[in-house]
Amino acid sequence: MNKLALLLALIIFCQPVHAEIISVAPQYEQRYHSLLEQLRCLVCQNQTLADSGSGLATDLRVQVKQMLEQGSTDQEILDFMSARYGDFVLYMPPVKTHTLFLWIGPFVLLLIGVVAALLLVRQRGQREYSISDSDQQRLQKLLAEQSSENK
Amino acid sequence: MFRAVLPALIFMVLAGFLLVGLYKDPSLVPSPLIGKPIPEFSLSSVKNPNQVITADDFKTDYALINVWATWCVACKQEHDALVALAQQQVPIFGINYKDDRQLAQQWLNDHGDPYVMSAFDEAGRVAIDFGVYGAPETFLIDKQGIIHHKLIGVMTAEIWQSQFVPKIQQITAAQLYE
Repeated sequence: MNKLALLLALIIFCQPVHAEIISVAPQYEQRYHSLLEQLRCLVCQNQTLADSGSGLATDLRVQVKQMLEQGSTDQEILDFMSARYGDFVLYMPPVKTHTLFLWIGPFVLLLIGVVAALLLVRQRGQREYSISDSDQQRLQKLLAEQSSENK
Repeated sequence: MFRAVLPALIFMVLAGFLLVGLYKDPSLVPSPLIGKPIPEFSLSSVKNPNQVITADDFKTDYALINVWATWCVACKQEHDALVALAQQQVPIFGINYKDDRQLAQQWLNDHGDPYVMSAFDEAGRVAIDFGVYGAPETFLIDKQGIIHHKLIGVMTAEIWQSQFVPKIQQITAAQLYE
């Protein structure tokens, strides 16, 4: 019974970790939220700054807010973050030589797939309609035999 | 011939990528600050609130900048290694990251103080300029304050020997020719 009570108490007091909310003036709100969605939290790497409950994410949200209030452009804020934490902090990495594969890779794979499919279809087409001369003769012979048997 | 080898080839390329991936730690993000000077800052000293520490104070022939905090478990792990380095006359400067001044002073009294000085970055604002995303982090800088190396995680004697000593030799060799 005691254990059950403890268990219930634990469930009741179990709270999800929320990202600490930072209030932003209404004129900046839209840009603020869109920026947070574009920036990765380096502590919990698969979360954006908007989602993360880590202390660093809170500090960086405050940083974004302050820069907006100081009149920084969106690009200036993104540059500020990538200058300190690298391109990895940006969910949309810039096109550079070492990110080129990331950008064109999917299209290369698509192209390979399309070419492979085309080759396969062509090959199959040829296989269905072509027949060697010796096979052709054998076929004629067989058909002739059959028709003579049916008579 | 080609048909038979192709699937094996694709498999090997894929397996190669995955194998390399096994030995990479995704939490280690390369710093874009390597090769760049440390950011300017002005903070108070952990031990003496009236003493101002700036980036220029860190610029000796070479130096380590260690980001630490009393709440950071891994910092406790590496502390003995840092004290040992300080005993070998390695100049280590501290940035005390988002901490409580009294707790930090207590820590230095209890566990020994390997730092020439520790700057008190209560808000963590200077750490953002250093691109810090988790303590402990250790930077290696030269006389001009240029960052040569960054270690994310615990410093050990082995890591010191393999990652830092060769870079320090490069730095001191380069400074001889100035």
